Amino acid sequence: MTQSAVRPTPASPTPPGGHLLEVRDLHVEFRTTEGVARVINGVSYHLDAGETLAVLGESGSGKSVTAQAIMGILDTPPAHVRSGQILYQGRDLLTQSEEQRRQVRGKEIAMIFQDALSALNPVFPVGWQIGETLRQREGMSRANARRRAVELMDLVKIPAAAKRLGDYPHQFSGGMRQRVMIAMALALDPKVLIADEPTTALDVTVQAQIMDLLADLRRDLNMAMILITHDLGVVAGVADRIAVMYAGRIVEHADVRSLYRAPAHPYTKGLLESIPRLDVRGQALSTIKGLPPNLMRIPSGCPFHPRCPYVQQVCVDVVPHDLVLGDGRTSACHFAQEVRDDSAR
Amino acid sequence: MTAPVSPTKVRGETVLSVDNVVKHFPISRGVLFQKQIGAVKAVDRVSFELRRGETLGVVGESGCGKSTLARLLMRLETPTSGRATLEGKDLFKASGSELRRLRRNMQMVMQDPYTSLNPRMTVGDIIGEPFEIHPDAAPKGSKRKRVQELLDVVGLNPEHVNRYPHQFSGGQRQRIGIARALALRPEVIVCDEPVSALDVSIQAQVINLLEQLQDEFGLSYIFIAHDLSVVRHISDRVAVMYLGKIVEIGTEEEIYERATHPYTQALLSAVPVPDPDAREDRTIIRLTGDVPSPADPPSGCRFRTRCWKAQEVCAIQEPHTVLRAADPHPSACHFAEVRPGA
Repeated sequence: MTQSAVRPTPASPTPPGGHLLEVRDLHVEFRTTEGVARVINGVSYHLDAGETLAVLGESGSGKSVTAQAIMGILDTPPAHVRSGQILYQGRDLLTQSEEQRRQVRGKEIAMIFQDALSALNPVFPVGWQIGETLRQREGMSRANARRRAVELMDLVKIPAAAKRLGDYPHQFSGGMRQRVMIAMALALDPKVLIADEPTTALDVTVQAQIMDLLADLRRDLNMAMILITHDLGVVAGVADRIAVMYAGRIVEHADVRSLYRAPAHPYTKGLLESIPRLDVRGQALSTIKGLPPNLMRIPSGCPFHPRCPYVQQVCVDVVPHDLVLGDGRTSACHFAQEVRDDSAR
Repeated sequence: MTAPVSPTKVRGETVLSVDNVVKHFPISRGVLFQKQIGAVKAVDRVSFELRRGETLGVVGESGCGKSTLARLLMRLETPTSGRATLEGKDLFKASGSELRRLRRNMQMVMQDPYTSLNPRMTVGDIIGEPFEIHPDAAPKGSKRKRVQELLDVVGLNPEHVNRYPHQFSGGQRQRIGIARALALRPEVIVCDEPVSALDVSIQAQVINLLEQLQDEFGLSYIFIAHDLSVVRHISDRVAVMYLGKIVEIGTEEEIYERATHPYTQALLSAVPVPDPDAREDRTIIRLTGDVPSPADPPSGCRFRTRCWKAQEVCAIQEPHTVLRAADPHPSACHFAEVRPGA
């Protein structure tokens, strides 16, 4: 559970001046009346300018909580950051005052959420909501904020932007609402965009449109993006690197191609084998047996061991460290090499 | 659960046939003197047949009417017009005891396992409730035993019969919903997005369970989902819906390998494939815009506003879901053809 040593972060070498954003050995717990849930147990990842990191995991894996910790929007209590660092341009956000963090939020790191309908305020027109950030943070006049809001709505390709400024969120379709939220996030020209399940509530044809838009914006504005998702299909198209999370840890971290070709952690391997494929006809789906663990009672040793087909006694006794597999890949499995060789077959 | 399929019931014969079913929801204006000013055409002249032991997948985007179709078949909504026969009996005309008898043959598994189970009832009561309504389905005194058998069939511990829904995970709750649907040994189970609320690793467990139960009890499924990969995996035949209409229907292979309707082609091409290498070989058809409002669908072909093949005729004449020269399965497009290289 508690490795005090900071784990090495894999993949690309540290550029001079450090990474743009780096999470180091983050531990977060939720203190509830029923007990302490260890939601994040030593997560480390980093992001450089212009790249896309996908954080993949099922519900309860801690992928959204990590993002909320970066943004500083964790509900505290019950959430409590026990230890770790979140470095943005070399400065640790966790030691900053609320006022300093406010300067980072939105202007440096912005976030979009899964459900645009509940993330937008139903009683204000969208133009007003996009302009709010500009008036509050940039001290723009109402007229200027309106003008800029139209530009932003054009940027996210909302047709007839000037006419739709006065419309309310319920007058937009799901895809258009998601575009409004992206426009709000882009208002202050952030360097990092965190997208938390941005297309989960959308239909496939609209999902494709939104993912295209995000890819275009990232390229045009040279933003770095953290894409949080549970969908292995979405990730394959847009991400440079993938971090797979399970029970509050990163179990595998690799570039997209090598991860899909040959997963090196039994959990990733199980996930890839359990999804029906559109382009492959199959028999019965292979499954991962059992259920994700209760975060108040995380299993000893490797948290995946009760569900793992590779389990040995060592998995029950010893927490696996990140095993570096060359070409920048890591896997937190005692048998990572074996798993990868099996997958590559 | 013994002798699931009686010898008189032949696989492949038609169990359910649906003919020109229409459901319009009226839109009205005014408080005291309401007058109808239009209608949302949620389901518009839908016809298909379901055979014994087969799975018919129904796919489409939100608002295409697939869930309304499920509710119509369960008689949870009253159709505006049309006919449906279940085992030769008219489903929409039946009432009273006849309807109750018919309902035994048709059960439903709902999408959200968190809201479709009563939190104040034990699992035993939830699964046993069908026996209260149909006392002849389980002999006196055998109810508890039957419930435990059902729990065992869906892979839950029969000893957990006195637990409450909140003590189970999402996947286990969906198993409870499936056990409840199986209780009366129905012929047909309508599954409305049964796995979309579940995590990937749990999804596969539930899909495998549904397939195994189908083999065991000779069930027919109507499997409604928006996830095209899941539908391909489980279905024998697939119907694609757009704005209340079936635009294309055929075997799983006809739809996924030789789709002739532009909407089906676009839908299939938009599905993200979890393989970065395979993605490069695919050309994705980008549809522009959103689905039009079903209250005011476009004239002629409903897909023409987003279709890259649209011609003048598409705005004037509505294409029917009939056999087209391109491939021997029904498709509702004037210019139906198999997409080259797809």
